Amino acid sequence: MRIRPVGAHALLLDCTAATDVPEAALVEAWRAELWRRREQGELIAVEIVPAASTVLLDGLPDPIATAEQLTRWAPAIPNADTVRRRDAERGDGTEVVVPVEFDGPDLPAVAEHWGVAVPAVLRRLTSTPFRVAFCGFAPGFPYLTGLPAELALPRLATPRPRVPAGSVALAGPYAGIYPGASPGGWLLVGRTDLVLFDVDADPPSRLGPGASVRMAAA
Amino acid sequence: MTHPAAVEVLRAGALTTVQDLGRPGWAHLGVPRSGALDPAALRLANRLVGNPEHAAGLEITLSGCTLRLTRATTVAVTGTEVSVQAGVRPGDTGRPLSVPAGTVLRIGPARRGVRSWLAVAGGIDVPPVLGSRATDTLSGLGPSPLRDGDRLPLGEPLGTPAPVDLTVCSAPPPELHLMLRPGPRDDWFTPTALDRLFGTAYTVSPVSNRVGARLAGATLPRAVTGELPSEGIVLGAVQVPADGQPLIFLADHPTTGGYPVIGVVTDVTPLAQARPGTTVRFHGPQR
Repeated sequence: MRIRPVGAHALLLDCTAATDVPEAALVEAWRAELWRRREQGELIAVEIVPAASTVLLDGLPDPIATAEQLTRWAPAIPNADTVRRRDAERGDGTEVVVPVEFDGPDLPAVAEHWGVAVPAVLRRLTSTPFRVAFCGFAPGFPYLTGLPAELALPRLATPRPRVPAGSVALAGPYAGIYPGASPGGWLLVGRTDLVLFDVDADPPSRLGPGASVRMAAA
Repeated sequence: MTHPAAVEVLRAGALTTVQDLGRPGWAHLGVPRSGALDPAALRLANRLVGNPEHAAGLEITLSGCTLRLTRATTVAVTGTEVSVQAGVRPGDTGRPLSVPAGTVLRIGPARRGVRSWLAVAGGIDVPPVLGSRATDTLSGLGPSPLRDGDRLPLGEPLGTPAPVDLTVCSAPPPELHLMLRPGPRDDWFTPTALDRLFGTAYTVSPVSNRVGARLAGATLPRAVTGELPSEGIVLGAVQVPADGQPLIFLADHPTTGGYPVIGVVTDVTPLAQARPGTTVRFHGPQR
């Protein structure tokens, strides 16, 4: 863990790991710890933003003091086996099941990259326990981790000018779901009717950072 | 039946948007902060008309706009030096103007700089989205940019206009000097990159907008050539995309980005008035 300076009011917690713990698990542990400390009033921060291998703390009244506190706040980091077991043994009722119609135009391309047939892609996606690592790109767009690193996929060389809302897609080590129609370069494997982002809902994102997610064939 | 008080948009101009102080606190869901590019100027306009500072006003760009106010009210225009005409009367920027019902208000074009902020007593009362009425040009949250024929509801005035005859509106400087703190990814660049950033002049490119001010000048060479995993972005972050030309993020910036941020500009508000071609120089915090 390394703390990087970000302007006058922010810090970047860099979780790029030198251990066997996956970065996503480190980021998730820190995110949960920092949100909890903020909830308890021990930390004042306008934004706590997890991402691929970092957590950004923005709107800090005193970043130097916070940097000092962070060195004492290291959360218990689960080891890789614990993370896998915990993801496999969900059932605490907080898992969100996303119904997916697997009819995406890029399914054959994904199957080819993975060296399997299309039905095996579906089996893989519906049996993977996903977690929302972070949101970005658009309001409510979840970056889902859970697929093994060796199944990472390239983006399309030329992004599509319009990807429909609800598209379920893969890129790099992530799965993602487009909350609204937008341009996009991820490989499309299906679509869902689940509303991911609703400004009148509380919270507005159905799949916020830390949420457990499973895909089910609709 | 009487219509509720409103601002009628006769000519929307190049880009006129509803802005307040934005929607901070939602970045973890991918929601940009948005809000006025110069919050102090919007706050001042609000104080001048007796509004709370966070009330929504209009951010008006370059070519100006023409509006009709359906009720007698008080307005104030702040920001850059711009012509203001209330009916047949010439108005001023930086002070409250009382206008009768039906007044046609002509603002702009900007004589210098780029943007002005209009506050109307009672504030623009469009429905808030996640606690803010700001138009976010990146994500599309909040009301759409104004179009000719739009009708924006006005809230009930709560306070009395400020007893002010004049506030000083400083002309935008010919050259911007911005303080930049290196990091978080200055180590992804060669030492030459920071030397160039602090030692050479950049110019504001014409493709700049509310998301970011794109700069043209000496390229900033990378020491680490790999792809940066997406990470959180702050207001004022100077991101360096593949072409090596810096981009300073403004209010509608994305919440995460995949290019390294070499440094962060402490105060981005002068960029709200920077026309394309404006010279920008950076200096460190120690100056």
